[in-house]
Parts: sequence; structure tokens; C-alpha cells
Amino acid sequence: MPFVYNFPFFSIFICMISGIVTPLLKNGRWAYRLSLFASGAGLVLSSILLGTIGPSGQSYSFMMGHFPAPWGNELSVGPLEAVLAVAICLVMLMALLGGRKDIFDDILPEKQKLYFIMMNEILAALLALTYTNDIFTAYVFIEISTIAACAIVMAKDQSATLVATMRYLIMSLLGSGLVLIGIVLLYCITGHLLFPNLQQRVLELVATGQYTMPLTVVVGLIVLGLGIKSAMFPFHLWLPPAHGSATTASSSVLSGLVVKGYIILMIRLFYKVFTIEVIRELRITNMIFLFGLAGMIVGSVGAIKEGHIKRMLAYSSVAQLGYVFMGIGLGTDIGVMAACFQILVHASTKPMLFGCASALSASRHHNKQLHALRGAAYENKLAGVGFTVGALSMIGIPLFAGFAAKVFFASATMAQPVKMWMTLLTLALSTVLNALYYIPAVTVLWSRPVDGETGEKQPKDPAFAVSTVVFIAAVFFLGICYQPVVELIQTGLSLL
Amino acid sequence: MSKMARIRKEKKTPWQKFCAWVNGDAAEQMLLPAQPPKESKKKAAKAKREKTTSNHRKDMGLGQFDHIYRICAVLIGIAIVSVLMAVVLKLPLFGSPDNPSVNEVVERYVEKGLEETGAVNMVAGMILDYRAFDTFGESSVLFLAVTCVTMLLMRDRNNTDKKEDMLTAQEHVIEGYEEDIILTKISRLIIPCALVYGIYVVLNGHLSPGGGFSGGTIMGSALILFAVSYGMIRMSRFFTYATFRKVTSSALMVYAASKAYSFFTGANHLESHIPLGTPGAILSSGLILVLDICVGIVVACTMYGFYALFTKGEL
Repeated sequence: MPFVYNFPFFSIFICMISGIVTPLLKNGRWAYRLSLFASGAGLVLSSILLGTIGPSGQSYSFMMGHFPAPWGNELSVGPLEAVLAVAICLVMLMALLGGRKDIFDDILPEKQKLYFIMMNEILAALLALTYTNDIFTAYVFIEISTIAACAIVMAKDQSATLVATMRYLIMSLLGSGLVLIGIVLLYCITGHLLFPNLQQRVLELVATGQYTMPLTVVVGLIVLGLGIKSAMFPFHLWLPPAHGSATTASSSVLSGLVVKGYIILMIRLFYKVFTIEVIRELRITNMIFLFGLAGMIVGSVGAIKEGHIKRMLAYSSVAQLGYVFMGIGLGTDIGVMAACFQILVHASTKPMLFGCASALSASRHHNKQLHALRGAAYENKLAGVGFTVGALSMIGIPLFAGFAAKVFFASATMAQPVKMWMTLLTLALSTVLNALYYIPAVTVLWSRPVDGETGEKQPKDPAFAVSTVVFIAAVFFLGICYQPVVELIQTGLSLL
Repeated sequence: MSKMARIRKEKKTPWQKFCAWVNGDAAEQMLLPAQPPKESKKKAAKAKREKTTSNHRKDMGLGQFDHIYRICAVLIGIAIVSVLMAVVLKLPLFGSPDNPSVNEVVERYVEKGLEETGAVNMVAGMILDYRAFDTFGESSVLFLAVTCVTMLLMRDRNNTDKKEDMLTAQEHVIEGYEEDIILTKISRLIIPCALVYGIYVVLNGHLSPGGGFSGGTIMGSALILFAVSYGMIRMSRFFTYATFRKVTSSALMVYAASKAYSFFTGANHLESHIPLGTPGAILSSGLILVLDICVGIVVACTMYGFYALFTKGEL
């Protein structure tokens, strides 16, 4: 076995061990450096892995221990997983860089170390959710990411964040509980936990018509649970307060990565356990499709009504997640491909928007109401440019990443006439709605203040500059040179 | 209005009494019978509570839908319960030979478990060798949970005020010279036994039912008993936040390092060089004993950590 094949295991363990070592470090600064190292190491390892297995389209399973498939734990790695792992590590690294100042301002010095434990463990959990080939391992890491995600919201320790954490915790635990019941029932009717064996048994059950009702309920429970945790439309109300009130790095990571982790797991379960054909026959995809469409509209309407810039961005996340669910709901390979691409697009755009919004409000005494931010872009031009690029990408202007994603969604629907007109109409409506709140926000930022009031000058923050530049580059890369990424996703999906 | 009339007026329906009992009101009244109920204060508190709830509901966009919301919640709950009940009726019978979970996986765990892991206790072999990655995740969950609670409840300038600090200082003074003789004498007898029993359960995890999780809980309860009976000051002589951090992190580090070694050798088909020993001996079954000890330490510290943080907000 080539040595490179060990890299997924290395990257998960580096992150987990960094989290465990963090309490022994001297102070928050060192913990921060260790977190940067962990995500940087993860990025390097995943990139090398992608470079090795991506072009040739290999996939393999990695034995975690001395025992082969149905007895021990396993990871399974292919181009799709590698692409997602690179994106996850990159976004985590950049979110930490971009949110550095706010982390050290918002969190008490004696608790900063604990915050970075959570960040490391979230990264480990996301990587594990991306790579795992075992449904129970997936559940364990869902738990880890649930706890850590609530902790990074709570870390700011203000009344708003505590209330938001409470709501998030209750919803998130409800989701975990439903997933767990689903897994238990699935084990009862199949007797396996490993994805390949599960798939074999599920196909047998479908062929013989045994346990059809329990199987439907299992799929429903797992989709419902993961949907609650990733803010699928009717269960999205916990997201805006949680993502809108947390510290910048937390908002970036939660919006950009944590909600995506569950969606990635859902896609992998659909392909590796239930198979997309069975899901389509059970008509679960139609439900996901409708929820996705509704989420696109409801999220945007919520964002239009919102005057607080971070909560507005959080509502916009609900809308963007709606796109992802719509793509999965199409129930075709090309739809899921578009959904995966949208995951990458949103993961590279939303953290930048959160980072820039916080940087812009820093010169206005952290007042995040839009009316207080008039002309703020002139005081921090890079943040202004970053916010504008992100906003244009979210609206879907050509050359920006969001446009490519929308084109894929539109072309993915061509085969299904009924879903086609629904998708196209909603896409058009949602684009208009997106423009209705992003354009005014950008205009406010770039219009000269009326009363000549300018904020205090902020010291230069090189870490923030690096993160914004990298994110802008990523948005343009995904918007212009999307072909190689899409090919990788396609080969990855065909190998799942 | 005479006193009698007021009492008669306050007479409640059985349902209201039950509600009051659930809310803990009845006990309060029995303890303090002489005090007349402070209507005005209660009303104000109730009004305030209603105001905050209604504000909260307004935020969530419920408002006038409150009743519909409650009815829907009950209906959805009933629907989910009945669906799950229907599913349970259709599941394969537990313990029947044609149950799908009776397959090659279980067969190998039961038949070859002893030979391959060296653990007489098959459950230990399963969770700490065959599926050790999951158990590593579970121990990390405990570590994260206690870290979360530390983050939330550990005293800092955001969550304490002067009054609380004074109260704690008073409690410390009281702890200093007042000792409950019955409690301390009894716990002096019990604590060593509990600790030894916990250590026994941990060390025998691979031989008999038990292991890190159960043994750790026993040791943790011994620590809690010590803290209750001798006070936090005595406790802090040998167990401070620094010790807690070091012990937990090192135990998890040992777990991670030994498992990383075994995963690496396993996946790359290298020989692991860890002797399994003779099954049944105390030093046997390879890494399982080490892992059990690590899990035990993490669980004991977590148990005590939860207790200390929830009662005092410090370790």
C-alpha cells in the first residue's frame, strides 16, 4: 500500500491529538498556533492525497486496525472525499486566520485554550465524517461535532449567544437522536454497520421486499435528523441566531463547514448505503427537493427583513443550503454533483462574508446594524472588496463562483420536466431575492457617510488580509476554472 | 375578606394541585406554613415571565399561532410515536436464529475474539480492539463534554459577581472548621473501598464484565464522595484544575498514541510487536489493558469534573 494512503488517517489523528494536547499549553496564543498547525498539516496532507488519487481516479478503503471490513472500522477515500477534505482544511485555516482578532477580543483569556480544543475537534470530526466507511463511527463524530459546535457558539459568553446556543443544542440533539434511532433500526434489519455490507443487505431487502416499512422509516429518520442538523427548511430557525451571534471564526466555521459536514454524510449514505435509486423510489428525494426550494425562498425573505448584517448572512446561509438540498432532491448524479459544487462555493464564500462583515463593523464599535456601517468600506478597503466579491458571488454574477453553481443546477434539471420548471422559477426568484438584500448592503458599505462621520482607524491585520485574499482567489477560481473541480467531483461520485 | 374565605378560595382542583406538586410549590408551602403567599411578588414574576416568553415567541414568529403550535406539537409527537411503534412491531425478533444481526460479524467476535484480541471479556475485545476507533471517539466526547462545561461554568468575570464570591469565601471558612463527624467517619471507610473496587473493575476489564467506563464511574463517585464529605479545600490539596488537565490529556494522549500505532501497523500490514499474553492473566490481551486504564482515568476525571463545576464552578 502506498504511504500516501495513510494521509486521511494522519490528518484525522493530527487534529484529534492537537485538541487533546491543547489544555497543556501555556496560553491561548500557543493554542492558536497549534490549531493553525493542525489545519495547515491537514491541508498539506489532503492536497498531496488529492494530487495522487485525483487525476487517476483511484479509491480505496483504509483499515483502522488489524481487522478487515465487517469486523473493524474502516475509512474509504476517493477523489470526492479528497476534494472535500482539502476544502474543509483550507476553510478552517482561513477562518482561524480571518477571525484571529475577534477570537482574542471576544473570549476571556483563560478560556481561549478551550475554544481551540473545540476548533481542532470540529476539524477532526468533519474529516472523519467525510472519510468514514462505518455508520457508527459517523454517529460518534456527529456527536463530537455537535458538542464542539455548540461550544464555539457559546464561547463568546453573552446573553444572546447563550440563548442561541440553547436553541441550537436542543435542535441539534433532536437531530442526533433521530439519526441514532435510524442507525439502530438499520442495524436491526441488516445486522451490519460498514457501508459496503449495509448496501449489499439493503439491496437484498429491497429485492425481496422484506422490511420495506422499517427501511423507509430508517431513511426518513436519518434524512430528518441530518436535515435538522444542517438547517433544512422547516428546521432552520435555530441557525440565524446561532451563526449571527457567535464570534467571527465560529460563524465562519459553522456556516462554511459544520452544516456541510452532515450534508456530505447524507450524500455519502445515499450513495454508499441506500443507493440513489432506492432513495428515489422511496420518494424521499421529492421531499428533500421541496424542502430545498422552500428553504431558498424562506431564507432569502428572512434575510431581506434583517437589519443585522451577520444575521442577514446567516439567513442567506439557509437559502444557500436550500440550493444544496434542491440539488440532492433532483435524485440524479448530475444534481448531486451540482450540490457538491455548491457546498464548495458556499464554503469558500460565506466565511469570507462573515470575516469581512466583522472587520467592517470593527471600526464602528462592533455595531453590526447595517445603518451603522454606512461608508465602512472606505475605512477597510480590503474587507469592503471582499464583502462585495462575496455578495456578487452569492447573487450569481458571471465569473463569480455562485454563477457556476447556478448554471449547474439549471442544467441538472433538464431531464426532469416537472422539476425543471419548478427549479428554474425558484432559481430566478431566489436570484432576485438575493440581489434585493445583497445589493443594498454593498451600496450602504460603499456610500459616503452623510454627516461626515468616520470611524476610528483600525490597525492593519495581516492575518485577515491573507484570509480574505485567499477566499477571493477561491471564489474566482471556482467561478472561472471550475472544470477540473467538477471533473474530480464527477469521478468521485461515480466511485462512491 | 376573612382569612378562612381566602383559604377556601385558594382551594385548587386536583389537576392544579398536581401541577403545583410537579413545580415544587407544595413542598414549599408545607415547609413554610406561617408565611402568607406573596401574591403581588408572584404575580409580578409571572407577568415578567409571560412577557419574556411572549417576546421570545414573537421572535420565533409564533404570536397568535400559539394554540395551533401546541396542538401541532402534540399531533406530530403522537404521529412519530405511532410510526416508531409500528416499525418496532415489524422488526425481527430479538434472539431468534434468523435475526439479521446473527451473521458472520458476531460469529467471528464470539468464536475468534479470545484468540485474536486475547480478552476473555468479549465486549472489551470488541470495543477496544475490533472497533477501537469508535471508542476513541467516545472518550473524546467525554473530554469535550467536560471541556464544554468548564467553558460555561468555570468562574470568570462574566458569570460571577461579588455576592457569589463572598458566599464562596464564607463556605470555605465554614468548611475550614466545621466537620460533619458521621459523614467523614463513614466516608473514610467507604472511599478507599470504592476506589479499590473501581481500580479492580478497570484492571479486570479484559477478564470480567466491567472496564474503563464502568470502573471510571466508580472511581469518579469515590472522588465526589470525598469532595462532599471533606470539602473542596481538602480536595484541592491533591486534585486541582492543573492536575485534572494533565491527567485527562495524558490519558487521552496515551490512548491516541497506542491506537495510532496499532492502526498504522494494521493498515500497512506490518507486525505490531504487541504480545497478547496468555488469556486470563492480568497482563494479557495486548493494548486493551492500557486502553481500559486510560478510559477509566478519563471517565473518573469527567465524573468528578461535572460534579465540581456544577456545584462550585471550580475544580
